[in-house]
Amino acid sequence: MFPASFEYHRASSVKEALAMLQQYGEDGKILAGGHSLIPMMKLRLAQPAHLVDIGGIRQLASIREEGGKVIIGGLVTHHAVERSDVVRAKLGMLSECAAVIGDTQVRNRGTIGGSLAHADPAADYPAAVLALDGEIKIEGTGGSRVVKADDFFIDLMTTAVQPGEVLTEVAFAPVASGAGFTYLKHRQPASGFAMVGVAALLTLDKKGNCDRVRVGITGLGAKPFRAKAVEAALLGKAPAPAIAAAAAHAADGIDPLSDIHASADFRAELARVYTRRALETAAARAKA
Amino acid sequence: MRLSLTINGERREDDIDPRTLLVHYLRDIAGLTGTHVGCETSLCGACTVHLNGHAVKSCTVLAVQAEGAEITTIEGLARGGQLHPLQEGFWEEHGLQCGYCTPGMIMAAADLLARNRNPTETQIREALEGNLCRCTGYQHIINAIQSAAAKMRTQKAA
Ligand SMILES: Cc1cc2nc3c(=O)[nH]c(=O)nc-3n(C[C@H](O)[C@H](O)[C@H](O)COP(=O)(O)OP(=O)(O)OC[C@H]3O[C@@H](n4cnc5c(N)ncnc54)[C@H](O)[C@@H]3O)c2cc1C
Ligand code: FES
Ligand code: FES
Repeated sequence: MFPASFEYHRASSVKEALAMLQQYGEDGKILAGGHSLIPMMKLRLAQPAHLVDIGGIRQLASIREEGGKVIIGGLVTHHAVERSDVVRAKLGMLSECAAVIGDTQVRNRGTIGGSLAHADPAADYPAAVLALDGEIKIEGTGGSRVVKADDFFIDLMTTAVQPGEVLTEVAFAPVASGAGFTYLKHRQPASGFAMVGVAALLTLDKKGNCDRVRVGITGLGAKPFRAKAVEAALLGKAPAPAIAAAAAHAADGIDPLSDIHASADFRAELARVYTRRALETAAARAKA
Repeated sequence: MRLSLTINGERREDDIDPRTLLVHYLRDIAGLTGTHVGCETSLCGACTVHLNGHAVKSCTVLAVQAEGAEITTIEGLARGGQLHPLQEGFWEEHGLQCGYCTPGMIMAAADLLARNRNPTETQIREALEGNLCRCTGYQHIINAIQSAAAKMRTQKAA
């Protein structure tokens, strides 16, 4: 099994990648870690005539702190996010999430930019990036723009990244100290992807009531989303008694995916159960 | 297209079709058939090699993505005729039957031991999540890795 023929181009900078993408137009495609694209090319589900390999652009492969934010380059691997001291200390949920993507070998190759741009409906990162209010930077020939996670995911494998653009980095404000969080997934046993994955984060005020709640859900619908009905049902309340009722809203308004692994009803039930469990863990870890 | 890289410490240059997968390059062009092809769909781990020190599934890497990289295959583990402790461990603890999965298992285990000198059984199982064995069963493989880890710790200490 190998891909159809293509011409291969190695970009050494974002500028060069953008120029190449402009030159090849619809026939060009970005290659990052290749762990979504190469399997699709082997199955001939994708047959780009030109591959623009951004894998060698060093400045996209670093994690840095700037202006009070943690900024993760688009090419940072899942493994690097999992192991980064800065991410562990300031965005614990993201390293927890990275650690349960695929397997060791996949985490050594796959990148955060590739995962977000690919937007597989069962990908893990999107749930965490939504719950952490990530800001995604996208560069094109006309300049760059920043898209909030809430506005980034548009539909099945469709995001705000337009053809010819490069997702260069994702920025996050550090998680407030005292916040409780977790990323909890139900693995599809064969692929390891999330049948349903829930990222939950909450902070408590002095009285022990939730004053900030974020719930991101992946795997349930065509696109990952923030479960705003769950968040609203919990806000201002003490977590222990309110979580069960709030989690019951996890699938509200969503048209769940259905396949041989899980029916729509089962997925919706998984979402409710995993939302409850994730919120319970987050609440147990939070400090007023 | 021209590819230059280092495999098991030796520099090589070859002309390859860009669509050549790293595993096919290693086996068919570099002649290193110790790396196996199993599922070809990134699931079984039989094709695991190290790319710049990290375990990767070489059926899901284009050879051209390894330009300038250092690759280590199962053939690169033994030193001067002396088997690597992991190879000895698999031998002594009956970590293989047919041997199909073994090169990938050993390369995945080597990645783990480079990060963690004394892994628990759970950590070993997690690290081997991307490697399937269809005949030995996993318990002997875990014993083999633990025995190698112990040997490597005493070698380091000595
Ligand atoms: C066996 C296996 C198991 C997996 N299990 C999981 C899992 O459990 N959970 C999970 O979330 N994922 C899983 N994955 C997917 C993995 O995380 C991928 O690495 C990731 O989805 C894509 O990242 P990549 O760097 O490999 O992207 P690539 O495959 O290189 O690219 C994917 C797509 O995104 C585009 N793209 C890539 N980078 C950029 C960029 N910077 N800007 C704009 N467009 C870009 C490409 O053009 C392509 O269309 C698995 C993959 C495999 C092979
Ligand atoms: S042959 Fe590469 S993972 Fe199975
Ligand atoms: S030893 Fe036969 S598949 Fe593992």
